[in-house]
Amino acid sequence: MSIDIGTHNTFPKLLLHHALVRGALPAIREKDLGIWQTWTWREFADEVRALACGLASQGFKRGDHLALVGDNRPRIYAAVCAAQCLGGIPVPLYQDAIAAEMAFPIQNAEVAYAVVEDQEQVDKLLEILPQCPSLKRIYYDDARGMRHYTQAQLMSYEKLRELGRESHSRDPAFLETQIAKGAGSDTAAMFFTSGTTGNPKGVVLTHHALIDRAKAAAEMEGLSDSDVVLAYLPPAWIGQNIFSYAQPFVTGYSICCPESAETVMTDMREIGPTYYFAPPRVFEALLTQVSIRIQDLWWGGRRSYEYFMGIASRVGGAILDGKQVSLKERLQYFLGELFVYGPLRNVLGMSRVRVAYTAGEAIGPDLFKFYRSIGINLKQLYGSTETSVFVCIQPNGQVKADTVGPAVPGVELKFTPERELLIRSPGLFKEYYKNPQATLEAKDREGWFHTGDAGYFDADGHVKIIDRVKDVGKLADGTLFAPKYLENKLKFFPYIKEAVAFGHARDQVCVFINFDFEAVANWAEKRHMPYTGYTDLASREEVLSLVRECIERVNADVAQEPEIANSQIRRFLILHKELDADDGELTRTRKVRRGAIADKYQPLVDALYSGKGAVHIEAQVKYEDGRSGMFSADLAIRDAKTFAPAAAKRAA
Amino acid sequence: MTRAVQIGEAILSVESVSLAFGGVKALQEVSFDVREHEIRAIIGPNGAGKSSMLNVINGVYHPQQGKIRLRANGAWREFRDMDPHEAAAMGIARTFQNIALFKGMTVLDNVLTGRNLKMRCSFLEQAIWIGRARREEHEHRRAVEEIIDFLEIQHIRKTLVGKLPYGLQKRVELARALAAEPTLLLLDEPMSGMNLEEKQDMCRFVLDVNDHYGTTIVLIEHDMSVVMDISDRVVVLDYGRKIADGTPDEVRANQAVIDAYLGVAH
Repeated sequence: MSIDIGTHNTFPKLLLHHALVRGALPAIREKDLGIWQTWTWREFADEVRALACGLASQGFKRGDHLALVGDNRPRIYAAVCAAQCLGGIPVPLYQDAIAAEMAFPIQNAEVAYAVVEDQEQVDKLLEILPQCPSLKRIYYDDARGMRHYTQAQLMSYEKLRELGRESHSRDPAFLETQIAKGAGSDTAAMFFTSGTTGNPKGVVLTHHALIDRAKAAAEMEGLSDSDVVLAYLPPAWIGQNIFSYAQPFVTGYSICCPESAETVMTDMREIGPTYYFAPPRVFEALLTQVSIRIQDLWWGGRRSYEYFMGIASRVGGAILDGKQVSLKERLQYFLGELFVYGPLRNVLGMSRVRVAYTAGEAIGPDLFKFYRSIGINLKQLYGSTETSVFVCIQPNGQVKADTVGPAVPGVELKFTPERELLIRSPGLFKEYYKNPQATLEAKDREGWFHTGDAGYFDADGHVKIIDRVKDVGKLADGTLFAPKYLENKLKFFPYIKEAVAFGHARDQVCVFINFDFEAVANWAEKRHMPYTGYTDLASREEVLSLVRECIERVNADVAQEPEIANSQIRRFLILHKELDADDGELTRTRKVRRGAIADKYQPLVDALYSGKGAVHIEAQVKYEDGRSGMFSADLAIRDAKTFAPAAAKRAA
Repeated sequence: MTRAVQIGEAILSVESVSLAFGGVKALQEVSFDVREHEIRAIIGPNGAGKSSMLNVINGVYHPQQGKIRLRANGAWREFRDMDPHEAAAMGIARTFQNIALFKGMTVLDNVLTGRNLKMRCSFLEQAIWIGRARREEHEHRRAVEEIIDFLEIQHIRKTLVGKLPYGLQKRVELARALAAEPTLLLLDEPMSGMNLEEKQDMCRFVLDVNDHYGTTIVLIEHDMSVVMDISDRVVVLDYGRKIADGTPDEVRANQAVIDAYLGVAH
């Protein structure tokens, strides 16, 4: 598959290459009116050519920005490439963003041209037209509902393509010269990062950066033109762009666009992708669906599922990693493959998946192992928009639930004394558009990109990301204290809903726990424990023990990691109420507001560190109907067992 | 927003129709017309005769007095005893208050049944499925897929109708009615039993159908806000009599309508 990215150094050049070398192979598929329609590389190149000539005839020139708003559609991807042919810069925007959110990127990049999917997107752009005087032309793909629009800015995609074909027949050599002018160091695309505070930043990426990273990862996984990807995440997200634009352009594999967001599962089963990406929440939702359907099986089916899943969790991962497994267990796994794992993968649409990635947030180890045990090669990767995604990938055979793997070839990594991960890679972004100050803050003079993520190398040289740098603290003895890391580990237990860890500048780590009411209530009912509600359960000794066992398992885990072994959890209490965004304890996206909680429950924190066995609390509570009342209770504080750090053993 | 298709001349005229079931006078001397491309609502309190009126237009009930005149291909035809299949052949399609789909069939098959009258091949040809029958089936499938796309029900294409939530079943029923490519579409309480979001979706689809296909729509609806928002003209029935007829604003201001809906002080 090795392609010379020295000569084919831009995406349009790669497109021409594929049209020549594998012109009859599928480039992109779209399910339209219930039937998968295929565009070969040659057809796709023709489409791009017509579109590029059309844009040129409309005055689009080198360095112009082209906004793209829409779901995964072949025509949207064709427009991306058409802009690049002319030396222009595609700027994909999130199709589900509200109109006001689109105004900033369009103003910032002085976008004059936009290709959008349908009436919905046209309406949004027309709404912000007064704030965006630069926007001159809007081309729409789907003409439905567009008949009575008379705005001068509007033109249909078909019309644009028609203009392009005319102009191409007048001057057939025009586009080839334009494509030849492109260089690897030209800007290939600009992606706006969400930006939790202030305005989003436009991340400028060159052809070289994207192509180099796409190629490095593709070579590592052995991707070829027979691979298939389902393009179902927003095209404005760098990951989708890498998997459904950069990598297919490098390797020549094909991508498939589902019919609509609701049909993704069915379409996935029909297509059977070989290369798959999903954030942890998607894998979790799939597993939940499976579990629910297993519960509905007759008892024999359920029993055999449980039996074979037991075998899978023992040996499935090892078999996938090519490790030594006894013949008997291999045989058992083979039967399981026949009756359970194979059919299950088929239902998930993952029968043909060779490589699956997850990234974005921490994935629960049980969830991760479930997919691996049934033979899906699920791996973690690490990267961001600024790094053209691929920084770390877990190589086959070296997959762990809690690391993101070693550096991908070509990437240099190091940690600052504050544990911040720095990256130097050919895939790094050129700059934040029109924001030299932010560029300088993120990328220093030696070319190191400051990720803001804290972590360290584990014993095998894998990168372990534990938290954001700004949240990481130190215990009084200098041990690294990463609250989110501990909290996440706790939250992976089904019984624990939220956890808040304290420890910065203290001698030990203590936590507040919120248990998952539904899970614990179920657990209590199975034990015939009567209870009145959350607060009642929170004070039960049985529940305290249940939570303590979870914490001790986390401690045993943490003890294995020399860097943070001292940050094992010593004491905990169960909060009398569930943390709530209405009380200012969680953000609207349900993230713990550690500072606010520490202030609000100061006496509880003090009690944790005073060595007392219980603490009295009086608190004002707001009920859902808006009334408020006083509440008082005694909260028990319990110690958790800690374990000797593994480091001592290893050093000995 | 301007309309794609301007409202034209009348295409359906109901002339002093009376219908009685034994001693119950369901409709008394009701007259109104429906213009081409308009959305015409029939409203009224429970038992006012709305569904009876729709059934008369549709040929299910035959009125004892009065007549229905329908304009098809530029010529008026007059009916007294029209049968439902004749009505369908004239380009009238409808949905039902209580969903009347085939629950054990998929959405796709249900919508395909709406193409029934458009099928030209003989039973034998279809059984062998060569030549004409095959071509024809492909055409029908395409037409159906376009409707599925239009109403955004791709994700349930292969689902059995009985498994679907109510709001979606209503949408499937609309799809089946549209599959017949009607010139006049009768909707019997298309939004009953729906939650707010489903209602909004359905309103959108009714307006889109009217706008995109230019279909003339007669609808019965309880939800006044829906009726007032989407219809061009409204007929109000009460105890089988027409008590008002006009634009939503006119009807809203009409004292007889207010009395019928709110009751009069005794």
